[in-house]
Amino acid sequence: MSWLPAWPILIPIVTAIIGFLVGRSPGLQRAVSVAGAGLLLVAGVALMADVWSNGIVATQMGSWPAPFGITLVADHLSAVMVVITGITGLAVVVYGLADIDRERVRFGFHPMLHFLLCGVCGAFLTGDIFNLYVWFEVMLISSFALLVLGGDKEQLDGAVKYVALNLISTVLFLSAIGLLYGLTGTLNMADLHRVIPTVENQGLLTAVAVMFIVAFGIKSAVFPLFFWLPASYHTPPVAIAAVFSGLLTKVGVYALIRTFTLIFTHDTGYTHTILLWIAGLTMVTGVLGAAAQNEMRRILSFHIISQIGYMVMGLALYTPLGLVGSVFYLVHHIIVKANLFLVSGVANRLTGSFELKKIGGLYKSAPFLALLFLIPAFSLAGFPPLSGFWAKLVLIRAGLEIESWWIVATALIVGLLTIYSMTKIWGQVFWEPHPQGFDPSPDKGPLKVSRRDYLLLTAPIAVMALMTVIIGLFAGPFYELAERSAAELLDPTAYVAAVLGPDALGPTVAEGAAR
Amino acid sequence: MDSLILKTGTRLLTALMLVFSIFLLFRGHNEPGGGFIGSLVATTAFCLYAIAFGVTEVRKALVIDPKILSIVGLALSLLAGLMAIVQGDMFLTGVWSPAYVDGSSALPLSSVLVFDVGVYLVVMGAVLTVVFAIEEDKL
Repeated sequence: MSWLPAWPILIPIVTAIIGFLVGRSPGLQRAVSVAGAGLLLVAGVALMADVWSNGIVATQMGSWPAPFGITLVADHLSAVMVVITGITGLAVVVYGLADIDRERVRFGFHPMLHFLLCGVCGAFLTGDIFNLYVWFEVMLISSFALLVLGGDKEQLDGAVKYVALNLISTVLFLSAIGLLYGLTGTLNMADLHRVIPTVENQGLLTAVAVMFIVAFGIKSAVFPLFFWLPASYHTPPVAIAAVFSGLLTKVGVYALIRTFTLIFTHDTGYTHTILLWIAGLTMVTGVLGAAAQNEMRRILSFHIISQIGYMVMGLALYTPLGLVGSVFYLVHHIIVKANLFLVSGVANRLTGSFELKKIGGLYKSAPFLALLFLIPAFSLAGFPPLSGFWAKLVLIRAGLEIESWWIVATALIVGLLTIYSMTKIWGQVFWEPHPQGFDPSPDKGPLKVSRRDYLLLTAPIAVMALMTVIIGLFAGPFYELAERSAAELLDPTAYVAAVLGPDALGPTVAEGAAR
Repeated sequence: MDSLILKTGTRLLTALMLVFSIFLLFRGHNEPGGGFIGSLVATTAFCLYAIAFGVTEVRKALVIDPKILSIVGLALSLLAGLMAIVQGDMFLTGVWSPAYVDGSSALPLSSVLVFDVGVYLVVMGAVLTVVFAIEEDKL
């Protein structure tokens, strides 16, 4: 039994518990938190290395055999998502050292963040649909705590909307699981893949599939279910907003990809057409919403939505190349989006506001920061040779391949409009002089940032920007990773064999043929 | 609330309920019951005590802050899960005392019990934290 898939879940819990126990001392808490996030990244990389060389790793919690116990499964997609979670977690923890005030640290920012990371990793690694629900709950509760931490009036307002809509999603998710269990008699995802073709009432199965689309659709903020996201993501401190924007909606997308490649593939003509429509409309509404905003974090929040559309598009095309694009996009997007949020936080620290009209002058005063903004912003818009370019290129080629002209056209136009929003931020925040006429540089400006803080704020941004460049310049290995993930997703035989044993798929397929 | 009947009744009931909750906790090993339900009974006892005598009295009686209680419980459960690593099994696999396994002892000591005690503490700590917060907010 390999413990490798369990560590990314256990390390954050242990970190959180220790963090709570040393709660009185913020210094100690921060040290524990950084160590925990570092270990999580190491565990993620170790898991990735193992999956890369030995294929899918599955392990049974409590030694109860599948499909009765809870299985943890790490295929290439899960493993890479865990690595990205580790990177984002570490970046945000380091950034948080300078961004999160003592009061919030004392109220448990660090332990709560690690509970959130635990929930995210759990969702990526579980092979059991009910267990997935449990991890969603873990994420929801800890993200709620993080949202209200500090308790500004604005934060509470955002949190109420966030929680209300997410609770609806969870209830829907739970009901759908109940119905699915009633139809199939199993909750193990690999076993579900095996049993689904033998279910008699295929119509009801499609209805359940649509319930899953709605439930995960709310989580991943797709059209028309995204309203909670721009209402809440700009309220908490930037470190928290960054981890939310990078990871939380992507868990929803991951769940969509997982369920609609492994479980609900019985009627792709219906379900995946719905997904394609959703993808197109999500892109357009997101980018138009962003164009109407004048606050940095709100613009970025709306861009999350439009980018989610691209990821869903790859899944909806349901071709090998489409899924490669989706996976590539997921990885690229988490890094870039979390990074842009972090940049907006530094801009706020230096200039005193997130409102585009009230700030400016950063190009002259903080040229390094300007460069650090430019890289993820261009990557988001899809400029070569950055990671976003490859992600978009693959998706668009996938669309052309099966002659879905209008989704390709939508994707291209939305890409152009993304540039519009990014240049808007670039122009007003970096190029124009500060409207109050001061020089917002980190060491001389009126809102001074100490050298230590500035280093802690910019170091994670620089590393993540560098990663975008590396993924862009050396896309080969990352493309191969996405290709392997997509191959596993499209043909889950290896996945099922890893969970249920090598003979699992034989008899049922034969039974299906006999019918 | 200041009522002689409630206070007298509570003194009797609280003790009874606490004993019953421990009974449920141990019984849950092989029969219906367990850490979760046992803990809820204990929590009810403390809530009743809080209604009759006030939250401050319960805090005094508990000695440990409920928040700490739930974290310690969580740590215990996690530890119980990690014990399996000693015998080379997967996380959360039950570890049984060697004396019980070879039949020389009838006492089924195991990591499962530790896990249940952890759950007991987590549930009690979490529910009491919420109840106390609401009660103290009223004042």
